[in-house]
Amino acid sequence: MTETKELVKKLADKHGRVRESLIPILQGVVQEERYISSEAMTEIARELDISAAKVYGTATFYSFLDTQPRGKYVIRVCRTISCAMKGKNLIIQELEDILKIKIGETTQNRKFSLLETNCLGWCHKGPAMLVNDEAYTELTPEKVREIINEYMIK
Amino acid sequence: MSNNFLRRVDLIFDQDCNLKDILKSTYQRANDDIINELLESGLKGRGGAGFPTALKWKFTSEQADPDKYIVCNADEGEPGTFKDREILFKVPQKVFGGMAICAKVINAKEGFLYLRGEYRFLLPELEKQLDAFHKVINEIGVNFKIKIIMGSGAYICGEESALFESMEGDRGEPRNKPPYPTVSGFRKKPTVINNVETLVYSFMIFRYGARKFKELGTADSRGSKVFSISGDTPKPGIYELELGMSVEQFVDEFGDGDTKAVQVGGASGFCVPRKKFKDTIIGFEGVPTGGSMMLFNSSRSMYNVLKNYLEFFEEESCGQCTPCRVGCQQLKLGIEAVKKGERHAAYLEQLQKLAQTMKITAKCGLGQSVANSFFSIVENFKEEMIY
Ligand code: SF4
Ligand code: FES
Repeated sequence: MTETKELVKKLADKHGRVRESLIPILQGVVQEERYISSEAMTEIARELDISAAKVYGTATFYSFLDTQPRGKYVIRVCRTISCAMKGKNLIIQELEDILKIKIGETTQNRKFSLLETNCLGWCHKGPAMLVNDEAYTELTPEKVREIINEYMIK
Repeated sequence: MSNNFLRRVDLIFDQDCNLKDILKSTYQRANDDIINELLESGLKGRGGAGFPTALKWKFTSEQADPDKYIVCNADEGEPGTFKDREILFKVPQKVFGGMAICAKVINAKEGFLYLRGEYRFLLPELEKQLDAFHKVINEIGVNFKIKIIMGSGAYICGEESALFESMEGDRGEPRNKPPYPTVSGFRKKPTVINNVETLVYSFMIFRYGARKFKELGTADSRGSKVFSISGDTPKPGIYELELGMSVEQFVDEFGDGDTKAVQVGGASGFCVPRKKFKDTIIGFEGVPTGGSMMLFNSSRSMYNVLKNYLEFFEEESCGQCTPCRVGCQQLKLGIEAVKKGERHAAYLEQLQKLAQTMKITAKCGLGQSVANSFFSIVENFKEEMIY
């Protein structure tokens, strides 16, 4: 069995083979493989006995269920109003400089992906970003550099 | 200026309370009695729509179906709103407690907390708190279990029927209404869905009694409310305030001396310009709000603000119905064209008509409420839209 196949089976065992388990399974795949490949989607469809189109439809609806390969650390910078007012553009510029990629891209070594996202719920402490599940607030370009440096050596 | 109405209150954050005692004593009461106390308090849903909480519970309790659910909506995603995060972080037991009281009233054995994906970092601690809660529930011999379900980053899932779709493993697309959740909600079963803050207040009403809550606020807007304050303010953060203040009183307290507009209720709410500060009450008799307050000073372009909101809606529209899917895009393209001079200023009126159409024809609150910010910003800051 391929790794993906095994993973999907493991997740289906854990969450159950019912429609309600679809999103938890998709979330589990993203956690392990950083994105949902078409192989994963077909496998999930098979395990849950639903059409692959249904799996695809659900997976592509949610912004955290990536269907494109992502890096080990996914950086999501808030682009909504409060963070925009507090200078999220500078933060993005800094990130693009450090990582040498543009918004939407992943570094060559597959370590970082850089994305924009909508309000993260830290509007009083903007600009804010998530690195995977971790929230960082009141960002400045210097602070961003420090944070990324730490992830670089992880 | 008088500030005698802007009262800070503390009903939920620092108040100690014994979960076990409150649940025990409430579980001894008759369901009608519980509903009446809640009704007496005047508590309305704190998500913004303002439906009386007691009635929601009552309608659901009257359904004959043996399977019913209580769902806590912790999918706040409205730009400017971050109060639920604080509540879940600081007083999760009180949220669970509110769910347990509701469960008794409607006779539910299972409850669900739908947590937005952006708050996954809260999960380990919440799971711990939930274990402790289940122990208490067991000790008093009550059969009720709460499960946490994780969202995956979709603003529309805060809409209750979209949230059920998502819980059932589908795209978060709102359903047709009626039927309402009280009749057909999660798994098409009668369901009470309340947001985090509503459940906390429900619980605290059984700690204090309805009277204490009712003494606060105004006839239309009872009690206090948690506000999340951001934008151009020296005091951004989370505050629990008595309802019924005017925008002017609010600005006196939280403005930076140069406030030109306050957006009440987030991107889907209303923009109040300076000249209306005095006469606008924050509450159901004036501008209703889920709690988000964003301040803008005169260094801000309201055109940029509106454009940012429209980008938000364009991206978060579930795409199911045309007025919203196409409308959001066209409104954004429209104001851009006016700004660039490609369209005459009179085009704004056509865009307002489009927003009006969306209000009438969009299927759910997202598409319907785009008109709120669009109208209130375009009307009050027309020059900024053009020049
Ligand atoms: S109004 Fe918008 S979000 Fe609501 S159902 Fe229609 S397309 Fe979806
Ligand atoms: S606007 Fe950026 S976190 Fe809310």
